[in-house]
Parts: sequence; structure tokens; C-alpha cells
Amino acid sequence: MSEMVDRDDSQQLVERVEQAREPGGRLTIIGQGSKHFMGCEPQGESLDTTDHCGVIEYEPGDLVLTARSGTPLVQIEQLLAQQGQCLGFEPPRFALNGSAAGTLGGAIASGLSGPRRPWAGAARDFVLGMTMVNGEAQRLHFGGQLIKNVAGFDLPRLIAGSMGTFGLILDISIRVLPVRPAAVTLQHVLPASEALAKMIEWQRQPLPLSGLVYGQGVLSVRLSGTAEGVLSAREIIGGDELNDAASWWDGLRDQTGAWFAEPGAVRRISCAAAAELPEIGGEWVLDWGGAQRWYRGDAPLAMLEAYARKIDGQLSCFRGADRKKPIPLADPRLVEIHGQLKSAFDPHGVFDSGRLLVQPPLAAGLQSSFLSDPAAK
Amino acid sequence: MTIITGATVDRADPQQRQKLAAELRELLPSHCVLDQLEQLKPFECDALTAIREIPLLVVLPENRDQVQAVMRYAYQNSVSLIPRGAGTGLSGGASPSTDAVLLVLTKLNDILEIDADNRIAIVEPGVRNLAISEAVAGHGLFYAPDPSSQVASSIGGNVAENSGGVHCVKYGLTTHNIRRLRYFDHTGELVTLGASGLDAPGYDLMALMTGSEGMLGVVVEVTVNLLPLPESVVLLQAAFPDMEQAGLGVMNIIAAGIIPAGLEMMDQTAIEVVENYIHMDLPLDAEAILLIELDGTEAEVESQLGSVKAEIGKFGAYDLRLARSAEDRIKLWSGRKSAFPAMGQVTTDFYIMDATVPRRHLPYALRHIVELSDQYSLRVANVFHAGDGNLHPLVLYDASDPGQVERTEKLADDILTLCLSLGGTISGEHGIGQEKLDKSCDQFSTVELEQFERVKRVFDPLGRLNPGKAIPTPHRCAELGGLHVHQGKVPFPELERF
Ligand SMILES: Cc1cc2nc3c(=O)[nH]c(=O)nc-3n(C[C@H](O)[C@H](O)[C@H](O)COP(=O)(O)OP(=O)(O)OC[C@H]3O[C@@H](n4cnc5c(N)ncnc54)[C@H](O)[C@@H]3O)c2cc1C
Repeated sequence: MSEMVDRDDSQQLVERVEQAREPGGRLTIIGQGSKHFMGCEPQGESLDTTDHCGVIEYEPGDLVLTARSGTPLVQIEQLLAQQGQCLGFEPPRFALNGSAAGTLGGAIASGLSGPRRPWAGAARDFVLGMTMVNGEAQRLHFGGQLIKNVAGFDLPRLIAGSMGTFGLILDISIRVLPVRPAAVTLQHVLPASEALAKMIEWQRQPLPLSGLVYGQGVLSVRLSGTAEGVLSAREIIGGDELNDAASWWDGLRDQTGAWFAEPGAVRRISCAAAAELPEIGGEWVLDWGGAQRWYRGDAPLAMLEAYARKIDGQLSCFRGADRKKPIPLADPRLVEIHGQLKSAFDPHGVFDSGRLLVQPPLAAGLQSSFLSDPAAK
Repeated sequence: MTIITGATVDRADPQQRQKLAAELRELLPSHCVLDQLEQLKPFECDALTAIREIPLLVVLPENRDQVQAVMRYAYQNSVSLIPRGAGTGLSGGASPSTDAVLLVLTKLNDILEIDADNRIAIVEPGVRNLAISEAVAGHGLFYAPDPSSQVASSIGGNVAENSGGVHCVKYGLTTHNIRRLRYFDHTGELVTLGASGLDAPGYDLMALMTGSEGMLGVVVEVTVNLLPLPESVVLLQAAFPDMEQAGLGVMNIIAAGIIPAGLEMMDQTAIEVVENYIHMDLPLDAEAILLIELDGTEAEVESQLGSVKAEIGKFGAYDLRLARSAEDRIKLWSGRKSAFPAMGQVTTDFYIMDATVPRRHLPYALRHIVELSDQYSLRVANVFHAGDGNLHPLVLYDASDPGQVERTEKLADDILTLCLSLGGTISGEHGIGQEKLDKSCDQFSTVELEQFERVKRVFDPLGRLNPGKAIPTPHRCAELGGLHVHQGKVPFPELERF
């Protein structure tokens, strides 16, 4: 096991932010850079969090862990595993130089969740509290170590998934979960329409599901629970047991599996689980019981966009696509709120990394530093 | 908080009231605008009856267009609005004011759509929490967050307060169980947050809107997530000779990898009061009773039940009672659930508090509350959500005795301070509202409050939505001294403040 380093680098990090408030200063926060491919091309001087690391507090009986943002996810997961616990949302640990990588700060700032998400919750659901540094170099603490906390606005969950554009996260308190004692993965070879129907049917039943994905003609079902619970649910699901299932699910979670290793841009549609299937040539993987659909193929973007619109879903260019494309927000009011909220945390644009760009507003007069071209600052 | 005793005086400006009523009657059917004292009186407070005021005016729109008409009018005429659901809030979040219109959303109570395949329901804000679960039960589904007020409280209010309930140890709060919201912004324009799927592009504005206590917008539609009804549910009740052991029992159930559907506790005072009220032969020598609900598939539940019994057995649990059928469970729950009416039998008034501490500090916090209770000579009963460290101390007092009222305020303040000092928070689920504004100054620093204020201004630049609630201005805290504060009485009042 890799040694856990305990180092508080917050003073230096806050100073870097302080300095970047000068005109022209701009920072892009980097954990281990494992998700560097995501979102728009980052701009600005790098602010490395990896020296700010270590677990500050861990109370297994309280199901809470507080750690510095630069702590490697892998180390946190090892520590939790010793107590039979885990990160319930299965954050992807995208590989860097061949090994699983990612920091806690990066996992929360990107807000990504793995295969268990529909049943356990998303990254933001597990965030209980955090200390952050906003664009004014102010240290702020919001939330706490408890699931129930309704004092003040819920800023920790807003900051989760904001790609470091509101500020630098220094430490995070996160809810952890017990590892279920037993798990099994069962597979069926089925055409897509039957697979989707099965996914809908099973999700309507009280089964201990923890993964439900269809790709390359195979429907894979993961059950997690007590040994007895898994055994009885298994009879309902049927199918063939997958050996070495843990590494197979890791391949999906960390996008290292065979499907993701193929060349070509990967696009993602987030939609209602039961949304109708696409009639678009190429390869599809239906994860999250149908609610997260991965696509790789030659279909023109416009065709994917039309499909996403038809099913009331959201299309994003996940990996290997044009990185200048802003996130499409349908409503100009939302664009305005995004810009103003960004300014509410970061009035000088210190964190204008350009990583999370929203569609430029249709109406004039709504420009803010956040919305303008990141290269123009 | 300062408890108000005696009758409420109508302090609103009659001319302003008359003018507003006339103008709003142009927009809404006449009966939807209430301006007579006897009509306004029922809205003088929410369920926190200690804070009261006769509202300037009450409007009860019957549909979304009417809500929009009111909001546009308010924007154009610089009128402040206080959104209100069912008024079951316990922190004065919907408490009225003499210079704002109370916008009541209970008539928007249609369930617009149930989509069983996607396990969602789309509902209007005035739909009662329990009505959702009732409407979808036929599909084998339910809506998980279940505040004890679920028979009455509205989903709009639940969203505004990020309400939890008995089952949120396992299923989470409102914020974890909704996926789309539509609200009118301060100008009266409709904004949609969230998506049909499990995430939406851009910032997570839905998380921000949830729990914002009507300060950022008026919610008019909520898409809630539904879950399959569990195949099996059991309820286990266990008594513990002392509080320490009960606390360890709670910690160990969870450390053993079991997340019960519900994990509630009653302390000795509560046991005694409840037993005298409903006579279910509760063990009066117990310092604590735990109620542990497990749900899942039958096989899952049976194996967990075995583990739970083994865990609590290590900590002296006795008088174990198990309920399996729905009927038996209701009977066993009735002790916990009758706590409030039971209190009504032994006291004229009681003050329901809400605070959280990390689970590991529960025994310490409860012991300390007993000491405080002795110190102030006031009885305090605790019936609460042990599974998430959410305390609800009930302070029993007599409002006709000014001495007791004052002691109650002080005691409540001390309990909140205690919880903060243990790493807890001043509100687990009832919100800040008007009640805990001053106490928020103890939880947040000036720069944190300023950050809240900047966020608020993005949504409500003119400060017209639920003014003066939920987030104290840094100025207010500065005036209080920003230090440890007792009921608005700053330490060393003789000293000048900046
Ligand atoms: C006996 C009892 C038990 C309770 N048990 C619990 C419990 O277990 N868990 C728990 O969390 N709470 C509990 N509560 C508190 C209360 O029921 C909840 O806070 C509930 O969510 C309030 O809903 P409401 O419709 O009554 O809202 P109201 O009290 O009318 O309003 C509450 C807040 O929401 C705002 N609001 C209301 N509707 C809207 C809207 N459509 N758009 C924007 N803002 C709006 C109001 O401005 C106010 O700030 C309990 C209350 C009582 C009386």
C-alpha cells in the first residue's frame, strides 16, 4: 500500500490565490490531472493541490471522512477498505500513465460518479461539508460532518461538480458507506430493446441492485447485499455469473475497459432511464440502468443532438471531442445565473480556467468574465 | 429566539393593505385575496407559534398563472413576498410580516404526472408529502423523505427546508430525492433546474435551491424520485439501561455495516411521559429506548435483523420487541409517534428544538442536556433521529410564567451552543427561518455570511423574497457582537459596539 502523506499546504495555496488576484492572474486547479481530457481546454497557470494531502479525521461509526483535497483517491479507498467501508458513488479513477489516479478534490470538483450512482447517489450527494478558498482568497467553511445540516445555503453541493471554477477546495467531509458483504454479477445475452425492458422491470422491483449496464449485446447486473439477500435476488435475475466481476466493474467505472479503450470520441447522454432507444448507428453502452448512455461512432453531432432533444436528455462531449464547445444551456436565464454566481465567488476571474464554459448568451449585455472567451482575458 | 406571549396585535398599515388587496383582486379571483383580520389571523405564524405577526395580506392563488401574476405584480410594484406551504415549518420560515404579502401555495395541489417506468412523479408545490406516496403505492413505489409532518406538510415546503424524516438515515433528505424543479424568479419568470435524467449540465443549482427557505425563488413544480416499496419491513424496539450503552449500540449497528431504514431514540423523560399517556408497558427504568427499522428483500432483512440483535446485545439491550406486520409496526411506532400529544398532557407549552451532533457524541450531548435541564429547572424530553445525530429536545414550559419563558430561551440557546461545540450544527432539518437568525452568527464567520449574501443577490437582487429569514446579514451579526450571544443579549451590554 502506498504511504499516506499528511501535509497541510493550505497557507501556500491561499497565497497563490491571493497573488492571482492581480490583473491578468488566472489559475487552473489541478489535482493529479487525471481528468484533464474533460471539458474545455484549461487556461491559466496551474495550481497543484497534490502537496495538500492527508486524512484529517475518519470516524467509521459516524460514516464520515474528512481529508485534504490533494489526497489521492486510491489512498482514501485503501483506508476505508480496512474498516469495511467505501466511497458509495464509486468515483472514476481515470488512469494516468497506466495506473489509477485522481484526487479527492478532483473527484468532487468534477462531480463524476460510477456505476452504482442510481442506487447509492452521486458525488454531490455524499458531500457533507468543505473548506474552500474563493476568488477573494477568503477561506470559507460550509456544511459539516453530518448528513442533516440545513443552516445556510447548501454551497458544498453547489461547488461539487463546478470544475474548480468557484474556487479551490481545501478539505472535504464526505459520507462513506459500508461495503456490502456479498456481491454477484449476472449476465444475459439480449437484444437492446429486451435489455432495456428488463432494466426498467428490475428497477421497479425492490432488488439489491448496484449496477445495471448493457453493451455489446450483453446485459450485466450487479447485486450487492447480505449473502442471503444476494442469493434470493439472484433467483429473480437469472443469467450467467461473471467471474472476476470486480475488475470488470472497475473497467467500466474507470473507463479502462475494452469498450473505452477503442479509439474515437466518446459522447454521453444523460436521460430518463426508460427513454426510447436511439436509432443511430455506432456503439452504445447503456449504463445506470439506462440513464447514462455512452456513444462512440460516426454519427454527426447534429443527429445526436436531435436524439437527445427528442428524449429530453442532455448530450455532452466527454472524451476526445472538440474542447471549445461550451455546455449548452437551453435557457438564457440559466446562462445569466451561471455567470453571476461565478462572479459571486470569484469576482476577479482568478479561477477562469475556462474548464466549464456555458453557451454564450443570446441576448447582449449579459457578458461576464466567466462567459467570455477564456483566451481573451 | 425571543418567545412572544400574549395576543398578536395587527400592526400593518390599513391603507396599504386595502390598496394591495384591491389591485391583487384585479389579478386573482376575489376569494383568493384575504384582507380581513379574522381571515389573516390563522396565518399569523407557522408551527413555531412563539413567533407571531398579523400578515399585511394573504393571497392563495389557484394555479401557476395566478402565482406568476402575483409575482410580476410584486416585482413591478416593489412588494415583498413570503412564500408559504402548509405552515408546518418549525423555525418561522413562513412567519409573516407587516410589510410583505404572504403567498400561500397550498391550492396548487395537483399531481401532474406519474411515470412508473422512470420512477418519478411530477407534482405541484402544494401537494402534501404523504399524498405522493399514497398516489404511487398502486405502482409499488413510494417517495422516501418522510418528515413526521408528512400528512400535512407540502412538497414545496419540503424542498424549501430540505426536509428529512425518520427514514433519511438510509434514503437521504429531500435534496437526494428530487431531479427537476421549476420556480418563478424574483421577476416572476419561470426557470427550470435539473433534468429528466440523473444530472444536468452546468452548476448544480437544484442543490442550491433546495433548503434555501423561499429566499431564492418560488417553487411551482417538483419532479420527485420514487423508490420500489420494500418487500419486507421489520421494527425492533430495544431498551438500554444507560444512555452510553444506547449510544454505543447506535454506533455499532452502523459500524457493523448496517444502514437501518430508521433509527430513533427516546430518552428517559420521554419514555415516562409517553408511558403515562399511552400505557404500552414501556420499561420505565430504561435510560433510552431505540427503535430500529430494517427494510429490503425478505432475505436481506432477516440476515440484518440477526446482526442488529447481536450488536445491541453486546450493550445490554433488553425488553426486545419485534413487529413484522404493518399493523404491529404501527402499534410499536405509536410510542414514538405519540410523544407530542403526550407532552401536551404534562405541560401547557413546549418548544421543539432541532440540532445535530456527530453520532459518537450523542451520549455526551444527552447527558449534558440533562444537566442543563436541572440547572434551569425545566424538563427536557428527547425523542429524536439517533441514526443521523439529529436531536429534537422538547423543552416543557408554561408560557404564562415570564420566568419560565426567559429560562426556556436561555436553555435553548445553551443547547445549541453545546451542539456547535461538539462539531454539530444549529439545524438538522427545521431550518433557520426567523428563529435561529441570531444563532447563525455563531455558526458562520463574517466572510461566510458575505458569501451567502452574494449568492442571495444573484437570485434576488432587491431582497424581496422572504426578507429577513434564513441568512442573517453580516451587519446584524456585527451588531450582536458576532460572539457567543444569548438571545440577542450580547455579553457586556454596557460596552459600546462598533
Ligand atoms: C409535528 C411536526 C413534525 C415535523 N417533523 C419534521 C421532520 O421529521 N423532518 C423535517 O424535516 N421537518 C419536520 N417538521 C417541520 C416542517 O414540517 C417541514 O419543515 C416542512 O417541510 C414544512 O413544509 P410546509 O409546507 O409546512 O412549509 P411552510 O412551513 O409553509 O414553509 C416552510 C418554508 O418553506 C418556504 N416555502 C414553502 N413553500 C414554498 C415554495 N413553494 N417555494 C419556495 N419556498 C417555499 C417558506 O417560505 C418557508 O421558509 C415538522 C413539523 C411539525 C409541526
